[in-house]
Amino acid sequence: MERTLTNFIRALRSSDVRVSTGEALDATRAVALIGYQDRSLLKDSLGCVLAKSETEKQVHDRLFDLYFAHSDSQRGGSESSSETESTDGEAPASPEDLIALMESGDDTAISLAMERAAEAAGIDNIRFSTQVAYFAQQMVKQMGGDGLQERLLEALQGRGEENETRAQELIDMRRDLTMRARDRAERAFDVFGAGETDQFRNDFAAEKRLSALDQYDMERMKILIAKVAKRLAVKHSRRRRKRNRGQLDVRRTMRANAGLDGVPFNVIWRQKKRDRPKIVAICDVSGSVARYVRFLLLLLYSLADVVPDLHAFAFSNRLRAVDDILDNNEFEAAMTKIIRDLGMGSTDYGQAWSDLKVDHESIIDRRTTIIVLGDGRSNYGDPRNDLFQQFAQRAKQVIWLNPEARPLWGTGDSAIPRYLPYCTQMSHVATLKDLERAVDEVLSAYG
Amino acid sequence: MAKDIPTGYEPLSSIEAVTEGLASVGYISTREISTAVFLAHGLRKPILIEGPAGVGKTDLAQSLAGWLEAPILRLQCYEGLDEGKALYEWKYGKQLLYTQILKEKLNELIGAADNLSQSLGKLASFEDLFFSEQFLESRPLLTAMQQPSGSVLLIDEIDKSDEEFEAFLLEVLSDYQVTVPEIGTIRAQVPPLVILTSNNVRELGDALKRRCLHLHIGFPDAARERRIVQARVPDVSDVLLKQLVSFVQGVRDTDIKKRPSISETVDWARTLLLMHASALDEAFVRSTLNVLLKHESDIAAVSKEIPRLVREAAGPDRSGRTASGYPELG
Repeated sequence: MERTLTNFIRALRSSDVRVSTGEALDATRAVALIGYQDRSLLKDSLGCVLAKSETEKQVHDRLFDLYFAHSDSQRGGSESSSETESTDGEAPASPEDLIALMESGDDTAISLAMERAAEAAGIDNIRFSTQVAYFAQQMVKQMGGDGLQERLLEALQGRGEENETRAQELIDMRRDLTMRARDRAERAFDVFGAGETDQFRNDFAAEKRLSALDQYDMERMKILIAKVAKRLAVKHSRRRRKRNRGQLDVRRTMRANAGLDGVPFNVIWRQKKRDRPKIVAICDVSGSVARYVRFLLLLLYSLADVVPDLHAFAFSNRLRAVDDILDNNEFEAAMTKIIRDLGMGSTDYGQAWSDLKVDHESIIDRRTTIIVLGDGRSNYGDPRNDLFQQFAQRAKQVIWLNPEARPLWGTGDSAIPRYLPYCTQMSHVATLKDLERAVDEVLSAYG
Repeated sequence: MAKDIPTGYEPLSSIEAVTEGLASVGYISTREISTAVFLAHGLRKPILIEGPAGVGKTDLAQSLAGWLEAPILRLQCYEGLDEGKALYEWKYGKQLLYTQILKEKLNELIGAADNLSQSLGKLASFEDLFFSEQFLESRPLLTAMQQPSGSVLLIDEIDKSDEEFEAFLLEVLSDYQVTVPEIGTIRAQVPPLVILTSNNVRELGDALKRRCLHLHIGFPDAARERRIVQARVPDVSDVLLKQLVSFVQGVRDTDIKKRPSISETVDWARTLLLMHASALDEAFVRSTLNVLLKHESDIAAVSKEIPRLVREAAGPDRSGRTASGYPELG
């Protein structure tokens, strides 16, 4: 019974629900308190002890149904028969027993035997979908599949109508058995393996070049970006004030202790209020850079809780504020619209800076972080780095995210070296991980 | 974790007993809520309740206290809440006053000493006197630990407190003890039943979550909401009750900023009762909508839908859904 629970917890962990040892102990105590009899009660209780957020609860409920669906039949057997027959589980059963069992058509008995075989094959160790066939085969073997095969060969070699029908029966039987075994193995994969495979794919996607992602990965990226945003939000939303020990706030201390005859019992320290992050994102939406813009904006917009003050601009030659488009449309539709409206002209950074100067200069102040996403390829136009310098002087910091690798900076029409001196930091951003680190650094500057 | 903490309570007999007990003090529970309470009681673990405002998170704690006949201690969290406000404080004023009054007495006593080290020794013994329980101002957390027959400790809106305070709570919540450096560790004889509530203003730390059972209370379904309103506003007629609850349920389905919660439904029921409404009609709804909705834009949005919602609330299609989906009220 303990093992049923620990296996369930292992399944939860592989699906990204973080269960600590303490919580596992609590679960054991909870089960001791309420028992296994009432299934829905057990589900509520374990959900209460093991899952600590709404999303975790959903994962828990789904896994609970999957997991205890098969463990039902398993336990039904373990109480009555498997204790005595457990030694049989080790060695393959005799083919006669298996044939008799399959011929009986008793579903409960068959799934019971199947469970024992699954356990003997160590099915809980399944990790990848490619292992399903292997485990199914192992299970069939455990149940005496080899013997069945022999009988089948004998029947095929024999002559006469009787042998032929017998062979056909055995073939059907083998197929049925294999199907059941596959079913069982697939269910085990859903419980134990799917989460980990998913994790593996996520790690892979996070380190893949953003421009190389195909449509298939987009859904996954959305989920990943939501996760990244949550991680950053947790990290940066917690500290609002920084305690500045060592600097006495004399005025407030005197006031607080006026009632105590001016004897400073309650000492009050100066506190420095943190600035709320204020971000101005300026995105080059021409050609190859546009793909990166999508991810940057999605990430920034997912951070709405931490960055309430966010302004987004897009340009290829003329610069425009795109906040209204992003606010009023579904994200994907908004991006398509932005790229269609703005992404067609030939890139001109100089023009973009002068547009920003004329129309929007006032939104940049000493609390603003300017994030520029672009490759700085301005078709040999005037880069207007004088304007860029002015913005940099007004702003708290300027972070330039460049999809091009460092060796390419300054080659051809790239004006990057002209901007580089004014940037607080310029970094090469190729993957989601890079993006996360860059945004993390931006937010850390407000610590 | 598995340390044996004396519960001091009779164990609760079953989940049903919890539901009935809570019902006896007017709190209509669900199976999830009762299960969480039952486990919290049996395992001596705090419950962390999350959910939208006004769905009865705080009320659960108060009802529990009422049912278990235990004193309730409430700690309202806010930004800047510190140990001094939550746990204990020295009564500085009293200490100061006492030293002033006893000044001369002290002079006499110390004056009688032969040498410096002797007088210092004497002084040191008084020092301890001033940092004794007599001068200790206990705040909710300490008070809860000191209750001889257990208590219900409600830590309200924990998400509003600072990270430091959350960390400080960990000792209290896992071991049911607090440490006062001058006195020592005070351990609860009977650990309080702790209930924490959160509106998700910020994400709580993993360490805190790990020490708690997690319970999410959402908006109630129609049947439960009817029972709650009936428990709180018993005078409301059956017809009105049914209509107003299905109206509120309909409002929650529309796209608005702040969806009305149970407390607003109850307020609205009281308002309608005050206006002697026997059944829902458009005029009544229009004039009292501000009780239910708290944003100008929400009121504007719902105003347009009033005829449809009233029709649905009165019509058979809503009750049809009730008959199929939820048990009918007996």
